[in-house]
Amino acid sequence: MSLRSAVITFPGSNCDRDMAVALEAVSGTPAIRVWHGDATLPERLDFIALPGGFSYGDYLRCGAIASRSPVMRAVIEAAGRGVPVLGVCNGFQVLTESGLLPGALMRNAGITFVCRNARLVVENDSALFTSAYAKGQHLSIPVAHHDGNYFADDATLDRLEGDGRIAFRYAETINGSVRDIAGILNEKGNVLGMMPHPERAIDPAHGGTDGRALFESALNTLASA
Amino acid sequence: MAEITADVVAAHGLSQEEYERVLHALGREPNLVELGIFSVMWSEHCSYKSSRLHLKKLPTDAPWVIQGPGENAGVIDIGDGQAAIFKMESHNHPSYIEPYQGAATGVGGILRDVFTMGARPVANMNALRFGRPDHPKMKHLVQGVVAGIGGYGNCVGVPTVGGETNFHPAYDGNILVNAMTVGVADTDKIFYCAATGLGNPIVYVGSKTGRDGIHGATMASADFSDDTEEKRPTVQVGDPFTEKLLIEACLELMATDAIVAIQDMGAAGLTSSSVEMASKGGAGIRLDMNQVPCREEGMTPYEMMLSESQERMLMVLKPGKEPMAEAIFRKWELDFAVIGEVTDTGHMVLEWNGEVVCDIPLGPLADDAPEYDRPYVTPEEYKVWANVAPLGDVPECTDVGADLLKLMASPDLASRRWIWEQYDSQVGADTLQTGGDAAVVRVHGTKKALAISTDCTPRYCYADPYEGGKQAVAETYRNLSAVGARPLAITNCLNFANPQRPEIMAQIVGCLNGMGDACRALDYPIVSGNVSLYNESKATGGGSAILPTPAIGGVGLIDDYAKMATIGGMRDGDTIWLIGGHGSQLGQSIWLRTIHGREDGNPPSVDLDVERAHGDFVRALVASDKVSAVHDISDGGLLVTLAEMALAGGIGCRLSIDLNAAQAFGEDQGRYLITASADQFIENALQIGTVGGNTIVGVPLADLREASDSFFRDWMET
Repeated sequence: MSLRSAVITFPGSNCDRDMAVALEAVSGTPAIRVWHGDATLPERLDFIALPGGFSYGDYLRCGAIASRSPVMRAVIEAAGRGVPVLGVCNGFQVLTESGLLPGALMRNAGITFVCRNARLVVENDSALFTSAYAKGQHLSIPVAHHDGNYFADDATLDRLEGDGRIAFRYAETINGSVRDIAGILNEKGNVLGMMPHPERAIDPAHGGTDGRALFESALNTLASA
Repeated sequence: MAEITADVVAAHGLSQEEYERVLHALGREPNLVELGIFSVMWSEHCSYKSSRLHLKKLPTDAPWVIQGPGENAGVIDIGDGQAAIFKMESHNHPSYIEPYQGAATGVGGILRDVFTMGARPVANMNALRFGRPDHPKMKHLVQGVVAGIGGYGNCVGVPTVGGETNFHPAYDGNILVNAMTVGVADTDKIFYCAATGLGNPIVYVGSKTGRDGIHGATMASADFSDDTEEKRPTVQVGDPFTEKLLIEACLELMATDAIVAIQDMGAAGLTSSSVEMASKGGAGIRLDMNQVPCREEGMTPYEMMLSESQERMLMVLKPGKEPMAEAIFRKWELDFAVIGEVTDTGHMVLEWNGEVVCDIPLGPLADDAPEYDRPYVTPEEYKVWANVAPLGDVPECTDVGADLLKLMASPDLASRRWIWEQYDSQVGADTLQTGGDAAVVRVHGTKKALAISTDCTPRYCYADPYEGGKQAVAETYRNLSAVGARPLAITNCLNFANPQRPEIMAQIVGCLNGMGDACRALDYPIVSGNVSLYNESKATGGGSAILPTPAIGGVGLIDDYAKMATIGGMRDGDTIWLIGGHGSQLGQSIWLRTIHGREDGNPPSVDLDVERAHGDFVRALVASDKVSAVHDISDGGLLVTLAEMALAGGIGCRLSIDLNAAQAFGEDQGRYLITASADQFIENALQIGTVGGNTIVGVPLADLREASDSFFRDWMET
């Protein structure tokens, strides 16, 4: 199938091109680039990506201003209809700030920015974004963030665990995230937020291709729907 | 307006002789605005008055050079209608005063130099020199500089892919922060700064002008005194978010045909940008200062002209293109204002509230600019002054393994992971290699890649400026060759102390002569650069000069990145080969300094013909897929090189020979270590061992890794 995907660009997004390149590399179809000021999304979208970067310079709180962009009302509405929404890094922060995902992303426990290949463990292999992985599989996917320290209260965390909504955990100490959480899903499983950058692990030239299966999972699920 | 007294002239950093030149250029007394403009344009930072005479001798041409020095950045042809655009620049003085903002705005400034010319920045590099780690200020400076470089580069989304960091007491009171940006453009979409077209609108875009950084260029041209802390308000504050918007807006406008000329407002802000644009175009310029977007109320033309507020650009547009251009900048939420026009008067005229507040003839501003042939001592006199003598007796090494461990834990050789993990090195998803000899970044959407390396060995430059200058160029050449790249051109950032001291001037002249000879011998021209003088400080007691530090940034091209070499690609059973013969020189080596506390002797000499031949040889090996790993031999010598390869590859090696001190740790130039599968025979090389096991000269890799990681970890976590 051809994937009708959209990549949203906020002022300060800087992984929007990388996300579009990854989507095209995996699906064969160019992604549609959408400006944050647009009040509506293109019709019949199969996939929406909120890319990494520093929307609005991370001023106020990471993702806070972007989450109030006109386009986010349309994204929230599309997510409600079940359209898959992926938020990576700053995109994850936008998702928590907009209420599509629970919890918050705080300054890294080590205070400094951290960029490295992170070892991850797949926790859920049945979601729309993770079905091409195996539960317990170890992945190597780059992280690059200053505010990736995930936090939620215990009741929320227990609910996430109970519902299988923790998609990925870190297999090493990265940023102090509670219960080593690297990525979480919404209740319906069609919204994934994660700090690691799967779009930076697509091409053998990246040094690894462990991010590819995330996009392939979505593609397969959509093709069989 | 204030009266121009001798005190006012002195406060602007102009000598009495230079003020006479101002009077000559103007044919009358200047007013304060005019004096301010002359003072920044004739500052060392903007005018190169002490170095220009010697810079002219450097080779700047090659068939692949599209633009050499004189524009915002150098431009080289990388084939297929594409160009690499790059430059390196210093931000030393601001970074010592306020390390985070100093370093951050250094990155911002060099980025603007590159995207001003139409390039999308694809890689940032840096070259950092700090004082001794136990200096009370040094940890704070290192933390601030690294956070500042990361804070800016990470936010704008340009990967910081490599650099070098040294420590030496000579930088205790004057650290060096040199930042380099490399960008890629189409050769038919390169933008220059010459303002042309009578009546064409001059447009200001980007951030508003504030009172920050007023007289930054003048500050950067004076040595530090005891009032360093008081200079904090002259350091600019960076806003990488605005820079990111500015990059996107400029590149969007550049895709149209609206721009005649464009120039960033860097050091000396609106003054140097407008003067340079008008001078290059052989035109005049008229600006209405009431139209300049200001951050604060009540700013005077003097303040507006000398402000170094960041993230601002000046453009000349084709007539009638203003509405289209304005729409782009408004979309990116940036200021856009038509503030003047190109004239044919040859004068820079500034108007404010309907009055002319400045009228400077641009010809004399350039022609009457001071240029000094400052006296310098002979190489022989210099050696006496620098107290350099041939190396006498050197103790033999009794335990190479123990010495290797100490070297790996020493500040100059320890792992820089603590630094580079704070930089987003992957954004753009085109980074192919970091942490090796050269950083390698793919040219987006092609199979080509650019290799980049920044190098300089200041202790060599101090002991022998000429050989040190050669060595800095040669080391970048070697690092680029080691990854399989064809070295094409360099940029430089020439950091020296006070040129009015004949011994310092001898360092400048010696280093430049060495660099020039190396560039000529290696067909490796200089296409851009920056000079930073007066790097000495009285703040830490004594008029301590930095070591001469002509940092070089080399750029090379890999035609097919599938054929790139790394330092860690070796496999169990591969053979290890030494190209360039065994080491014999220990003068100025890290071993001598770390193990025996001696900084003496002559540095290793550089044979440029050998350098070139060995570079060609290694590149050919890489291109023919004959090698599994390559690493050049530099700081620390052969054993440190081998240890770095082993740590990168996660496998040890068995040497088939015993090494004496000079063989193990000598820093003789023009050498490489390579590994190849056992069935390969490498001509003109010495086989010295095989890959395998988990030790090197009896030292477990785990111990080497611990030693290598310990320095920054222990320093930063205490």
